[in-house]
Parts: sequence; structure tokens; C-alpha cells
Amino acid sequence: MDGTTLIFIFNIVSAGLRTGTPLLFATIGELITERAGVLNLGVEGMMLAGALAGFAVSFSTGNPWLGVAAGMLAAGVLSLLHGLVAISLRGDQVVSGLALAFVGRGLTAVLGARYVQIRDVPRLPNIEMPFLNDIPLIGPTILGPLFGRQNIVLYLGFLLVPLVWFFINRTRAGLNLRAIGEYPAAADAAGINVVRLRYFYVFVGGMLAGLAGASLSLAVTPLWIEDMTAGQGWIAVGLVIFAGWDPWRAALGSYIFGALRRLPLDLQSVSWLPFASNPILGTWLSMIPYLFTIVALMFSSREAARKRLGAPAALGVPYVRGERGL
Amino acid sequence: MTQLDTNQPYALVMRGIVKRFPGVLANDHVDLALYPGEVHALLGENGAGKSTLMNILSGLYRPDAGQIIINGEPVTFNSPRDAIRRGIGMVHQHFMLVPTLTVAENLILGQDDIGFILDYTALEAKVAELSQKFGLAVDPHAKIWQLSVGEQQRVEILKMLYHGAKILIMDEPTAVLTPQEVEELFKTLREMAAVGHTIIFISHKLDEVLEIADRVTVLRRGKVTAVVDTAHTTKAELARLMVGREVLFRVEKKPANPGNPILEIQNLNAKNDRGLPALRNLSLTVRSGEIVGVAGVAGNGQVELAEVITGLRPAESGKILVHGQDITNKPATAAIDRGVAHIPADRTGVGSAPNLYLDENLIMKSYRHPPISKGWAINLSEAFRQAVQLIKRFDVKTPDVKTPARLLSGGNLQKLILARELSREPEAIIAVYPSRGLDAGATEAVHRRLIDERDRGSAILLISEDLDELLSLADRIVVLYEGQIIGEVPPKDELVDEIGLMMAGTKIQAGD
Repeated sequence: MDGTTLIFIFNIVSAGLRTGTPLLFATIGELITERAGVLNLGVEGMMLAGALAGFAVSFSTGNPWLGVAAGMLAAGVLSLLHGLVAISLRGDQVVSGLALAFVGRGLTAVLGARYVQIRDVPRLPNIEMPFLNDIPLIGPTILGPLFGRQNIVLYLGFLLVPLVWFFINRTRAGLNLRAIGEYPAAADAAGINVVRLRYFYVFVGGMLAGLAGASLSLAVTPLWIEDMTAGQGWIAVGLVIFAGWDPWRAALGSYIFGALRRLPLDLQSVSWLPFASNPILGTWLSMIPYLFTIVALMFSSREAARKRLGAPAALGVPYVRGERGL
Repeated sequence: MTQLDTNQPYALVMRGIVKRFPGVLANDHVDLALYPGEVHALLGENGAGKSTLMNILSGLYRPDAGQIIINGEPVTFNSPRDAIRRGIGMVHQHFMLVPTLTVAENLILGQDDIGFILDYTALEAKVAELSQKFGLAVDPHAKIWQLSVGEQQRVEILKMLYHGAKILIMDEPTAVLTPQEVEELFKTLREMAAVGHTIIFISHKLDEVLEIADRVTVLRRGKVTAVVDTAHTTKAELARLMVGREVLFRVEKKPANPGNPILEIQNLNAKNDRGLPALRNLSLTVRSGEIVGVAGVAGNGQVELAEVITGLRPAESGKILVHGQDITNKPATAAIDRGVAHIPADRTGVGSAPNLYLDENLIMKSYRHPPISKGWAINLSEAFRQAVQLIKRFDVKTPDVKTPARLLSGGNLQKLILARELSREPEAIIAVYPSRGLDAGATEAVHRRLIDERDRGSAILLISEDLDELLSLADRIVVLYEGQIIGEVPPKDELVDEIGLMMAGTKIQAGD
């Protein structure tokens, strides 16, 4: 391997971790919502709401952490709208989720117009870890350059994945979460408040989508432009399916897709790959979110396919006490 | 009816329970009193108010009037959780177990006296200990979907015991079990009663009630008609108390006189909704003038078999012949036009259009041909005229022909479907669970009709999970297990054990 290839690989991994982090938050959020049995396709809209609210509050208060809180809250409130339709009104979750995506997109385009020119927003800090360079052999070559100085959201992502996995699989609350997504009638009979818990996890998913948006507009690409998520919310929905509702695989998928976004840029420096420098490649790669959406919608509407992939059995099914079965 | 003597040491007393639903008085001053350590049957037809009463006891409904007293102390339940806390556990007919979770996880679901972080080793040890104590062998580590129906029921019982239940409600627990599994369940119930648990056994199967229960409370139309000791009663008396008139247990029938083969199924393979094999190389012939019963635990390919024959599900391979004509993978009209009647398991989804009127439901299979069809149009007055006749002939109780089918009770809806299917004088009848959920009166009517059709010369395939029904109606019985016919037996009561073993997958040579 020559020098350019090494740099290429390094760039790809680094970019994957950085641009994949917002995607990771959104994917984990949707994963939690879906494990509770609610399908929320409105991630794109919630991310945009989080990005704008985060940006605006950080700009006006000067505190990026208040921005993060505002972003999470804004997206959380939007998600509760979906919760109202999906849980209480027992409406069609696909339609409601799609509507939410468009509401978020339209709303942020209008409300965000005056923030588009602003470049000097207070950002989320980077964290220095100089001690990584002291680790022999891999320290100065890999760990240091890759993790020695990264934005704090990156480390938040690293923490989130094992925490969520542990929560779902090893705690009592996680057991309740799995039960309401698989067989809410059984959970209800065991004295678990299905409706309240579903609202809660829809809200949690919304807040994580908000965190995803805020980390985008306050850390990864610190600015606000209309539609800045560019389909990442849709990728998150698709990733949940292809991750088989598992946080670890969701993280892997998020980082891969993060890397993919940078790929056309970096590929131009690798001379030995065919059509790497072809400008059409970038166009193809930007199609991926929408292809992903189509595939995700196909899966979510085909019950047999969902079962085979290991979807929560009650995903997308409203719970009504007293009705037999799910 | 006797007055309740509240001085007795009852474990549970429900007194004067009243529950109204719009248009229905589901429970009309119902009294129920249970001694500690007794198995008490709650007997009644569908709609008699058993489920309502038990839903009140398990905290799902609140009574409009009445009192619940546990160990002498009046209680009020606002939610299932309250009832669980008071030691009441209900084993539902549809198991309340999460299929993807393990046995241990299902047991602790909803319990808040365990730590936030789950210690699986300790939990599984505790479950194993409990299962040993009550002789309910089950692997705490197994996922629910891996277990047989009988094992799942054991987990349900175990779950109630784990939750500290002293009063166990068993809602028609034997409906899904093989005869051997029923025996095992009864053994367990007796053991639990012996150590002081009180068991409420809901059923409409009289033999089982007489076998397992100490006392019986009989409900009819929301009222208690009697409380009797099983030692001092008979099947006939219980039936009379339950239905309000004398009931024939076995339909009278002449010996079968089978003629030519009508329905021939050859090496049939088909898949279920999940894309897994549901029927494997199934071959079966039904002759004119005979009823072939298909026994089996639900989910072994029964529904798929009926659907493939009636053209509602594609066959992967194999042949279906009616009168020698191949109708395999032809549209449903092919079967209809060749005189195959279908009495489906799903009466409201497949068997009728709930929002259409009775006359419209009745012409669904005959509207393509005169006299109902008149060129392009439908002869509505002819349809109405026929409907009036059929409703009378088949004794469908309805205020009006122009009533939506969804307003009929289960028994009357089934009579409506029978009217449509049988009035066409079918060559073959595919009847799937034809009496499921029907009360004794309606069941008797359905059975009578099927026997009449047989005697007229129809070839009948009767799919049922009720062994009594098969033994009383069928001229021969085949057992379906995992999509294959695992054996054939004559319908003799003494062969119940063999049939049960075959239902559980054991191959038995005829004559052994």
C-alpha cells in the first residue's frame, strides 16, 4: 500500500465516525421507538427541527448545550404529534410518519430562513485526548490521529450504543420495552401501561432525532441551511431495518453510511480504482437515501418480510385492550 | 337459588355482580363463592356471561354493582395489577406470553420487586426452583416460540404462581390441548388445589367439568341457574341447566353409504403465510355420502388445506380433483362452480361481508348465474325472495333481511353461511371448525345439517379441533400433523388415546 491509499483509508474512517455520528443518534432513536412497536417515518423532519432549534438557540443564547436541549425538545414535541396519531387515535403510522417528515421540512424551511447566512454559531466543543498518543505502537499511528481530538458528540455516540444495548437487553425497563413491541396484550395483562410507555419511547426516539439534528448543525457542519439533513433521516429508518433492530449493527451501519457520504470526495485521490474520479459517482451516492426509503417502505408494508428480518411483532400495530391477538 | 352464607370460610366471594354493556345485561346479580383448595367450574354457553365475570375478577372491567370479597375482606380492582396483587391470576385462552422472550423473562414481566438490572442467572434459578416445586417441568432459558402449546400453558400457570396467585382462573384451558396434555393439566390442577390454591375452571365441555371440578356454578344469560356438586349431578342435568332444555349429545345418524370419489387430493404441497411448508405431500379422497374428519392441533395445516381446495391459496405442487376435473390453482370460482361449498373458520372475514345485508350475503355464490343474474344486472327482488325463504328454512334469527351481517350473533351468522353454502346442494363441503364458538343449540343445528347433507350424497371434509365433534360426526378420521396425514382411524370413542398420540406426532400403525 502506498501513502495515498493509507491516507485515503484514514480519511474514510475518520469521516465515517464524524459524519456517521448524527446518523447514529437518529438510527438509535428510531430503533428504540420501533422496539416499542411504533413506526415513525418522520425522522427526517424531526432531525431538521432539532438542527434548526439547536442552531437558533445556540446562536441567541451563546450556549451550544442549551441549543442541544432545545433541539431535542423541539424534535421530541414533534414526535409526540406522531404518538398522538399512532397510539391514541390509532391512525395509519406510515401516513402519519410521512406527514411528520414533510411538516418538519416545511416548518424549518420557513422558520430557518433568517439563520441561513450565519456562520459564527457557538459550537459543541472538541475534546482532546493527548494520552492516546502515549500508547505504544498504535497510539501515535492510529489512536492519536483518529480519536485524539474529535468533537464531543462522537464520544457521546460511542457511549450511547453499549448503553442502549444494555438497557434493552439487560434491564427491567428494557424488558418492558421489548414486551410492548412484541405482544402488548401480554404486557398489559402483566400490569404494564402500554400506552404510556409507547408515548415515552416515541418521545425518546424524537429526542434522539433532535440530538442528531443538533449535532449536525452545532458540530459536524456548524451552520444552518434548508434541508441540511439531505435524506439522513430516511437512511436512519432504513438502517434500523437492516440492523435487525440491534444497536451494535445500527452503529456499524451508521458509520458506514457516514463514510459513504465522504466517499466521492476521497475517492478522487485513489488513482488505482476505476471510475473513482468519475463525477457521476457522487450523483449516484446521493440517490442512496431515497432508494433506501423505498426499500424501507417496502419492508415495513410487507408483514412476511418483516417477520423474517426479526421486526418487533407488533410494529406499526396500534394496541387496543380487549382485542384478541396482538 | 340458595343465598350466600358469608360466614363460611370462603377464599373468594363475588356477590350481586351486575355488568351492563350497551343493549346487554352481561351479568345480572351473579353470585360466586369459592372454598380454598377447590376446583370450581364456571359453566355456560357463549354469551352466558362467564368472560365478563372473570374480566371483572381479573380487574379488566369494573362492575356496575356488586362486591368482591377475598378472604373476608372487600376489595376494589381498578386495573389488572390490583387483581394480581390480591392473588388473582388468569390464564387466558390466548396465552399472554411474549413469543420472543424466554420463559424466565415472561415470568418476571411486569414485576417490580426485582432489581432494575436483571440478574439472569439468579432469575433462571428461581424459575427452575418454582417449576420443580409444582412439577411443571419447563426450561427457564427457552424462548416461548420454541415451546409446544402444552408447555406454553405450563409457563402461563407458572407465571401466575410466580406472581403469587392463590386464585387461578383457567379460561377454556383444554381447547388447544391434545387429550394427553389435558390429562397432564388436570393432574397439575389437582396438585395445586391440594396445596390450597383455588381454581376457577371455565368451560363448556361437560365431561371435563365433571372430571376435574368439585363444584359447578352454571350461568345462563347472565344469571346463575344453579350451583351443584359434581358428585351429585349428571351430564344431562348440567346440559339442561346450561342450555335451558334437553340436549342431544350425539347426533343420530345412519351408517355411511359411501359412493364414488368426489374430492381427490393428490400429493398436495402448499406454503403458509410465512412462506414455510404447511402441507407436505398430502393425499386424501372423500367419497360421496361420507364425512371425513380431519383431527389435529390447530396450526398443523388445517386452514391451509381448506384454502387450497377452495382456491384461496396456491398449491406448490400436487393435484385437486373434483369429480375427476382438475381445479388445482384455478380461481375460487372454479371450485364454486363445481359445487364445492366452503364453511370457513373465519366467519366474518372469509365467510361473510359484515357490512352487507343478509340477502346480499346469501347470493354471493349464486349471483353469476340465473335466476339471480339477469344479463348484466342482478335480480334484486329474486335475491330478496330467496333470502326470505333461506332465512326461514335455516332458522336464522334476525329482525329483517335488510340487516347487516355483522349484527348477527355467532350462531346465526354460521346459520346464514350454512344457508348460502348448503342451499346450492353442493357436491363437496369443506367445513372448517363449523361449531367453534357456537353454543350447544347452534352446534346441534350445524351437526344436523351436515349429517343431512351427507345422507343426500355430499362428500364432506370436516376439519375440527373438537374430538367429540369428530367422533360423533365423522365416518372416518384422518390426523393431520405438520401438514401430513399421519394416520387414519375409525371414529370410535375408545381410540381417543391413539388419536391424541397422533395429534402429538406419534405414528401408529393401524390395528396396533
